[in-house]
Amino acid sequence: MPYSPHTEADRRRMLDAIGIASLDQLFSIIDPSLRRFAFDVPPMLPELDLQRHLGKLAAKNLDATTHPIFLGAGSYFHYIPAAVPALASRGEFSTSYTPYQPEVSQGTLQAMYEFQSMVCALMGLDVANASVYDGATALAEATTMARNITGRDSIAVPTTLHPHYRSVLDAYGVPLITLDVNLRERPSLDPGVVAGKLTDDVAALVVPSPNVLGVLEDWSALAEVAHQRGALLIAAANPVALGILAGPGACGADIAVAEGQPLGIPPAFGGPALGLMATRTRHLRHLPGRIVGAALDAAGRPGYVLTLRAREQDIRRERAASNICTNQSLIALQAAIYMSLLGKEGLPDIARVCAQRAHYAARRIAALPRYGVGADPFFHEFVVRCPIPAEEVARRVLNKGMVSGLPLGRWYPELERSLLVCVTEVHTREDIDDLVAALGDVG
Amino acid sequence: MAPTDRRYTKEHEWARLDGQTVTIGITDFAQQQLGDVVYVELPKIGDTLTAMRPFGVVESVKAASDLFSPIGGEVIEVNAALDGAPELVNQDPYDQGWIIKARPSDPAEIDTLLTAEQYDTLTEGEQQH
Amino acid sequence: MTATATRPLVETPPLPAERLIFELGAPGRRGPALPASGVPEEPLEDLIPAKFLRREPLPLPEVSERDVVGHYTRLSRLNFSIDAGMYPLGSCTMKFNPKVNDQLAALPGFAAIHPLQPEETVQGALALLYGLQQCLLAISGMDACSLQPAAGAHGELTGMLLIRAYHRARGDARRTVVLVPASAHGTNPATAHMCGYTVREVPTNERGGVDLAALEASLGDDVAGLMLTNPSTYGLFEPDVARINQLVHAAGGQVYGDGANLNAILGITRPGDMGFDVMHFNTHKTFSTPHGGGGPGAGPVAAKGHLAPFLPVPLVAKRDGCFFLDHDRPQSIGHVRAFWGSFGILVRAYAYIRAHGPEGLREVSEDAVLAANYLRVRLRDAYPSRYDVGCMHETLHQATRWRDAGLGALDVAKRLLDYGFHAPTIYFPLGVPEALLIEPTETESVETLDRFVDAMLAIDREARETPQLLHDAPVTTPYRRFDEVAAARRPNVTYPSCVIG
Repeated sequence: MPYSPHTEADRRRMLDAIGIASLDQLFSIIDPSLRRFAFDVPPMLPELDLQRHLGKLAAKNLDATTHPIFLGAGSYFHYIPAAVPALASRGEFSTSYTPYQPEVSQGTLQAMYEFQSMVCALMGLDVANASVYDGATALAEATTMARNITGRDSIAVPTTLHPHYRSVLDAYGVPLITLDVNLRERPSLDPGVVAGKLTDDVAALVVPSPNVLGVLEDWSALAEVAHQRGALLIAAANPVALGILAGPGACGADIAVAEGQPLGIPPAFGGPALGLMATRTRHLRHLPGRIVGAALDAAGRPGYVLTLRAREQDIRRERAASNICTNQSLIALQAAIYMSLLGKEGLPDIARVCAQRAHYAARRIAALPRYGVGADPFFHEFVVRCPIPAEEVARRVLNKGMVSGLPLGRWYPELERSLLVCVTEVHTREDIDDLVAALGDVG
Repeated sequence: MAPTDRRYTKEHEWARLDGQTVTIGITDFAQQQLGDVVYVELPKIGDTLTAMRPFGVVESVKAASDLFSPIGGEVIEVNAALDGAPELVNQDPYDQGWIIKARPSDPAEIDTLLTAEQYDTLTEGEQQH
Repeated sequence: MTATATRPLVETPPLPAERLIFELGAPGRRGPALPASGVPEEPLEDLIPAKFLRREPLPLPEVSERDVVGHYTRLSRLNFSIDAGMYPLGSCTMKFNPKVNDQLAALPGFAAIHPLQPEETVQGALALLYGLQQCLLAISGMDACSLQPAAGAHGELTGMLLIRAYHRARGDARRTVVLVPASAHGTNPATAHMCGYTVREVPTNERGGVDLAALEASLGDDVAGLMLTNPSTYGLFEPDVARINQLVHAAGGQVYGDGANLNAILGITRPGDMGFDVMHFNTHKTFSTPHGGGGPGAGPVAAKGHLAPFLPVPLVAKRDGCFFLDHDRPQSIGHVRAFWGSFGILVRAYAYIRAHGPEGLREVSEDAVLAANYLRVRLRDAYPSRYDVGCMHETLHQATRWRDAGLGALDVAKRLLDYGFHAPTIYFPLGVPEALLIEPTETESVETLDRFVDAMLAIDREARETPQLLHDAPVTTPYRRFDEVAAARRPNVTYPSCVIG
């Protein structure tokens, strides 16, 4: 057994102290009928063989370090400064427990207070929690907040909300009002039309911007419409985009959520991820999840503790608004380190590079015969209309060693010829030109 | 011993009738059991109260307890001072630490609650556990 | 044997406090150099209409890479961690986190792949997930598995959503109640409530086991199911578990198994054989994935065949030697998070299981239960054991002998920090006064266990002879006890200059 230190002599010593003869007697309370089964786990691999086995599995995957992958749609490739994994992999951070004993956990607690503060800076709001599982569950939690705050029941969501996010709201049983958006023509929300759909029972309007098709939405106008109807605005944002885009707070949002993975976390096939949640001070006690606050110790020294815990499951039990009892602590730490390394000037710089490269790509693709790109404003992700079904385009470009984008037909049947392309600072001009050439060859 | 100018519930709330208004809070026994109060979740003015149904929550660092309304009626005032100073519930539970004021649907309902003497008997019993 | 502390047991002068990252640095200070766009540029306002562009400030730190490295390195030194010492936390299974797992999860072939890549380009990732599914089924004795949930509580929610979907599909709308034992972890009733159920508490006996008579009385055609932890939160195996599950089934209900205590029974017995219909796993407990200061974990869910159709979509499947994501599951409850699961964590869990094999996993549980019983017999004089039978992987004691001195479990927990150990779980399970739930796991040596016992016995002596030491504890840690009351009364959760509104 690879990680246990016990020798037979150690076991003998413990058995003698307990006063039993064999390990098997430890389980004598279990009915023998429950002990008989075939245990079909593969045989053990010593570490060298384990490395070989998993190394082979990893090598079977086409990854972004060797091939350009122009995919976004909720998970993004970005430059991750080397100091992020170097610091976060310190055993003091990665192998520490939840900071319930603050006297020996100030590293984690202070880092989480700083993380919360940076999320507020990004979103333009007053208070944030120490993260939840991912952007989709953050949105689900935000809808619960809105329902508790307003006392109303329904949540209005556009069809341009990421389908997985929509699916999570359905799984959680959130009563939804769907706002249909014309996905082919002008895939963004019309405030006038939305106003007509917000009934007295709507607790909140959810507006992702960029939306799933990469198109920017007008949070300010939509916040006004929601507030006139007595509803809250829940803004779902992209955190890197907030380097150059107006944030939810400045636009009048009441609650903001985001997928924080773009902040220095590798895509890693979809997880672990990072759910960001921020809101106004007056809604602080409705905010679920872990929250770190400032405190003084017995010697009068300032430090940090988990606070506002009476909201949580271990105390409220069935009265808790949520059953959540963890945060994505180590992932939040990585995001905080990333935001510190890039900082006030660096995050806008990276966002600008994304925007410039993506718009360059869009211009060049739009100039290809038989291809089209919409005129709607976008940040780094845009829809390409292809001359043949997008699945076929993607297949042919893959043969040239590139992943061109997401064929949207699998999520929206009417968009069978549409490809969602994402360009960030990890895609060089050469990568982009190669993509354009490959698309041109297909068309 | 519990003040005799008011009535009590077995969930450790007190209710005092002053003219047309009933003032409601929690008892000294309750605040001791809870420990340091950090927050009181108050109802809104105009909310309906139903006897022995929860109308708010009182939180300490380690516990959250429902507040049960002694009577049926309507909330006409809440103690805004508790927002900045929830410790009033610990320091002065029978006076400055009041929680809400209500207009009772039936002013006679308060007479059905426990007297101070009955409440004292109740708490002595609980203390022995 | 006298206890020795890792440091002299006297108050040490405090370390200098680490300033906030916002207080380091200076205007204009920058981190790593960033690439220029390298493409023909257009003015930003021509690309994106001005109304969308940021005008408000962005008050993030302005620090150099050197500042950042210094700051987080110094912060890390203020943390206790498994790498440094023992966490005898009952119900948390704080075992050693193998370093090879971190190394493997960081391989570019695992880290730099996108969840929406064509499946033929990620066959290695899908094979790994499929392999993990199969291992979890073998361990649990269940029929189907979803790796999607992001944490134990999330897996628990998923499990209960399966039960809700199952009854709905049967057209049975009467079952609105879920039974939860009084000794259950707080997530259980919170989860049931989130699914729209009313919680009915079932009394537990003095050993934390389900009171069979009370259970029978609680069952009826309004009961959707029972949430049960086995071994229980008292660290005891429920000898009547098969009977309990039969009773619930006979009344038309389903049984959800909380897998928090799985470390006691790997290769020993299987929840599926006990009659559970669905259960969740905690990879960060049983399967060694690092706690990370509070997360990320992962909470896979395994279920019997009759609940399988409702599992979150997609499942990882195999056909003609190829792996794929099976989205064709019309009765699925849908997604419980975006994409497919916390892959980076699941890689570590898979590696852990593969490093052990069947005998290795069995030895994990044998050694975990052995170590817990060793502590049980050595501690029970000073710290009354809650029961007089053998325990499973954790042992429940009480710190009730010095009530006259006003000392209890909290003070033991704080004083243990001075001896270089993290506290055990305190005040849980509920209903046990001054509870100390102690779980050594299988990865602490006998020498460490002996030093832990010595520390606990020394604390008992101190409590009787020099109680002030416990009242003041901890005194050798970087910080003293905090005023958590003031922190909750007047919350300060954001650095002021980060609030721009």
